[in-house]
Amino acid sequence: MKAKPLLIKEASVSFGSVEVFRNLSLEISQGEFVAVVGPSGCGKTTLLNLFSGFLKPSLGSVVCSGRVRMVYQHDGLLPWQTAAQNIALGLRDLSSEAERKRQLNEMLRLINLEEFAGHYPHQLSGGMRQRVELARALAGDTDILLLDEPFSSLDYLTGLRLRRELARMLEELPRTVVLVTHDIEEAAQLADRILVLSDRPARICRELRMSLPRPRELTHPQVVETVHAVLAEFGLEQDKVGV
Amino acid sequence: MTEKPFTTGTRLLPLIVLFAAIAVWWALWQLRVFPESVFPSPLAVAKGIGEEIRTGRLGNDLVASLFRVTTGFMLAVLLGVPVGLWLGNHVRSRLALLPAINFFRSLSPLAWIPFAILWFGIGDLPAIFLIFMACFFPIVVATLAAVASIPSVYFRVARDYRFSGLELLTKVTLPAIAPQVITSLRVTAGLAWLVVVAAEMIAGRDGLGFAIWDARNGLRMDLLVAGMIVIGVIGMVIDRLLMRLTKIRSVSWGYEG
Repeated sequence: MKAKPLLIKEASVSFGSVEVFRNLSLEISQGEFVAVVGPSGCGKTTLLNLFSGFLKPSLGSVVCSGRVRMVYQHDGLLPWQTAAQNIALGLRDLSSEAERKRQLNEMLRLINLEEFAGHYPHQLSGGMRQRVELARALAGDTDILLLDEPFSSLDYLTGLRLRRELARMLEELPRTVVLVTHDIEEAAQLADRILVLSDRPARICRELRMSLPRPRELTHPQVVETVHAVLAEFGLEQDKVGV
Repeated sequence: MTEKPFTTGTRLLPLIVLFAAIAVWWALWQLRVFPESVFPSPLAVAKGIGEEIRTGRLGNDLVASLFRVTTGFMLAVLLGVPVGLWLGNHVRSRLALLPAINFFRSLSPLAWIPFAILWFGIGDLPAIFLIFMACFFPIVVATLAAVASIPSVYFRVARDYRFSGLELLTKVTLPAIAPQVITSLRVTAGLAWLVVVAAEMIAGRDGLGFAIWDARNGLRMDLLVAGMIVIGVIGMVIDRLLMRLTKIRSVSWGYEG
């Protein structure tokens, strides 16, 4: 059986009188890419905060074994540091200066921003900034990548391009990934498993598995079918038999 | 904030304004709008500046004033920024002290002049005290406001990448507040330069403020205007120097976009 670096057991979370999770249980396997979709305000980000340890459940337990990095919706880069300095944050734990330098150049090459190494975040486009954030989170010895709507502030085409890049980066640097998104296409294009959350208190109301290798075409029948199935779950399309 | 590239012609515009102002001044003097005894000609003032430079008095006054401003201002920065940092991070102390700070910030520093003289006599100390009182409170308020408005995501990133407590201060808090603090330094340095003139007029025996007061008492209107011109020019130079801080690359993000 595969290792389960991320585990939630019967966790409950409330903010005042707002109950976000009640008895939520979830297991994520080593190297798995899980996407979490659901209506806004249903607790998707709360789920990531549980995994990152930023938040403790009031009941139940959360196990997170491994080094966690999070990519934020936008503006997660430190604006007073250059692209290279931001990525180097991800390499802080490496003791060898030469190795840090080598891996930094490797990451810059991976995101195709070698020429922009000395640029500050405000001098980069939105897409470039998110690429730098991804590189920072993937740099060094980490195990788990938490993505909080990382492409939601980008325009549609840039978002599509970055999905493809993320798939390519994960090919080279495999990680256990949890992606929170409201973009169902994004989930269907990237994830091995899609969890559909219900309204608060959120429970997993549907689980879909994708066997198609990445990168996937947006218009591939299996991707389209998955999008359809999720939309049907939200009552936005007629469900077909046999999905 | 992107600026269009200026042609040499546009750069010369301020000089044209300067010459126009001198021309108007000269015309007013020619027309004797005011009696000559209280309205010096541009030429007399130029001669006055030359005289002050030759006798070495201008140099002495300039050094005296700059010393007071630098000392009072630096004291205000060295104490004001840490106090602002502390108040920005401690809500209870902030709630307790902010009204008092706003009280002193709203109190004109010139209101302290009588006490400054009674406590510190005449010379450097009262001026330094007044400059400190003028700068300290605005710097505290600007720093604490900057600290309180740092986006929380930076601290989450610092946590993700395991910054130590000291690194949180030196690598997150200080760089995050730098742009706003530098802006407040520009404003308060200007304030300090205003205050030193007033302080020296009343509680000084040298300095540019004393020089114009002395010129008035000696009915030397040419020297009075000469002093005013020097004070204005030095104020501009101080602001220009501090503006250079905003061009530091790791700070410029705060002034763009």
